[in-house]
Amino acid sequence: MPGRFGRGLLTTLFGAFVLFLYGPTLTIMVLSFQGPDGGLTFPMNGVSLHWFGRLFEQQAVGDFGASVTRSLILAALVTAATVVISLSAGMAFRRRFTGSALLFYLTISSLILPSILVGLGIGLSFNQAELEPSWWGSALGAQLTWTLPFGLLIMLAVFNRFDHAWEEAARDLGATSWQSFAHVVLPIVAPSVIGIALFGFTLSFDEFARTLLTAGTDNTLPLEILGMTTTVTTPVLYALGSMSTLLSFLVIGLALLGLLRYRARA
Amino acid sequence: MRGTVVSWLLAAPLALVLAVFLVVPLVVLVAVSFYDYDSFRLIPDFVFTNYIEVFGSPVTWRTYAKTFWFAGITWAITLMLGFWIAYYLAFVVEGTGRRTLLFLLCTIPFWTSNLIRMIAWVPFLGRNGLLNQALLGAGVIDQPLEFLLFSDFAVVLAFVHLYTLFMVVPIFNTMMRIDRQLIEAAVDAGADFWRVLRHVIIPLCKPGIAIGSIFVIVLVMGDFVTVRLMSGGQSASVGLMISNQISLLQYPAAAANAVVLLAVVLLMVAAILRAIDIRKEL
Repeated sequence: MPGRFGRGLLTTLFGAFVLFLYGPTLTIMVLSFQGPDGGLTFPMNGVSLHWFGRLFEQQAVGDFGASVTRSLILAALVTAATVVISLSAGMAFRRRFTGSALLFYLTISSLILPSILVGLGIGLSFNQAELEPSWWGSALGAQLTWTLPFGLLIMLAVFNRFDHAWEEAARDLGATSWQSFAHVVLPIVAPSVIGIALFGFTLSFDEFARTLLTAGTDNTLPLEILGMTTTVTTPVLYALGSMSTLLSFLVIGLALLGLLRYRARA
Repeated sequence: MRGTVVSWLLAAPLALVLAVFLVVPLVVLVAVSFYDYDSFRLIPDFVFTNYIEVFGSPVTWRTYAKTFWFAGITWAITLMLGFWIAYYLAFVVEGTGRRTLLFLLCTIPFWTSNLIRMIAWVPFLGRNGLLNQALLGAGVIDQPLEFLLFSDFAVVLAFVHLYTLFMVVPIFNTMMRIDRQLIEAAVDAGADFWRVLRHVIIPLCKPGIAIGSIFVIVLVMGDFVTVRLMSGGQSASVGLMISNQISLLQYPAAAANAVVLLAVVLLMVAAILRAIDIRKEL
């Protein structure tokens, strides 16, 4: 084990790392409250909500309201699909079945293939099939190739530690397989399922690499931000950043609160 | 037999999504990479011109060299940083509660979009940014440093900022599974800090290191946004080259490039997996 000096050094490193992680984001949060005449850097030229107001004016930036709505709906769809599909596949993987290894490796490949490749492939497929790409169709599928591997890996980790005696007890007491799933398995794995939902939501809400080539004509929020990075040179960009961060925190915070409540009751 | 059918039904939704949105697109990608094209449309064909252009162009080779360079530097820094952060969390911090708390502290910034976290460097590194102001104020420099923003430096900094946690998490996981008695035994047998590190901790962390490395290397190799934003369009990467071809509607050329990138990434992953067996981690 490291001596006192080593421990001090590592503590300093960790502190610096946390500062490195938080510093920039906190800076733009502060800067999004720039006064109306303020610029992209310090000093602060007064304090105002001017740039947040500008966000909701149609002409200042693209269409902020519509893209947020789209992103929230898409994230909700992706979250729901990720939870159901991963849970179902997780149940299947508790037993070896013909093709299980192939499906597992396919899922892992989905995770490690460069996003631009997946996006381009889906875009080209829709193009060749003469289907119109859309955020609720092709982009939804593209995001699932990103969220499902995380969901499945979490489910596999959970079922690895799952005590089968509970289910056997349920069956001995005459439960059908659906009853033992709904009343025994599901309540035990519920916290992890909420974890998958959180993962799915954050991954989807921030996703742009696989969405860019598959979303069609309507932008999601990250695509809107991506477009703004090259055209907007006012703190409105920071205001957008602060708003989208706030939204993520709100959703995750509410979910965690729900989880804590659930735990307290259980 | 009934069990197999049930398993298949349960796994079917996952298989279906991956078939439609992963397998088919990859097949189409490969097919289109052999297509011919003019400025208006794709012409179904089986020609090698796209690949000949990819391999014949010096730009490709330079861009690959640059991308490997980004991947290599980012990998080295995130590995060093990630290893010691994980080490701190696993072996220096005491108590599950504190450990969870500090771990959460590291993950919270990831609730913010990657794009925002890239943009956030602008007020820091710009010509009139905080860092330049501080250095000027302290009298360390008398001219603002120009290389901080819109440069390779900024690109690597952003990569390290975004991806170090992908290294910390898997290494931390493997470290937490190391039996503490092994370390005590090594210490009792007279091993000092560095010997314990070299002969006990690092060998047992290898799967975590491999998983983290795969994440970081794949993310950097395929990146097309960080390089564009942080270098201000002055640097290149394979992903950016592909995305430029896409915006010029040269789909077959982009597809050929993408297939080459796919092969390169798979070879790199295979090399890592050959060096380190991660099967018991999965």
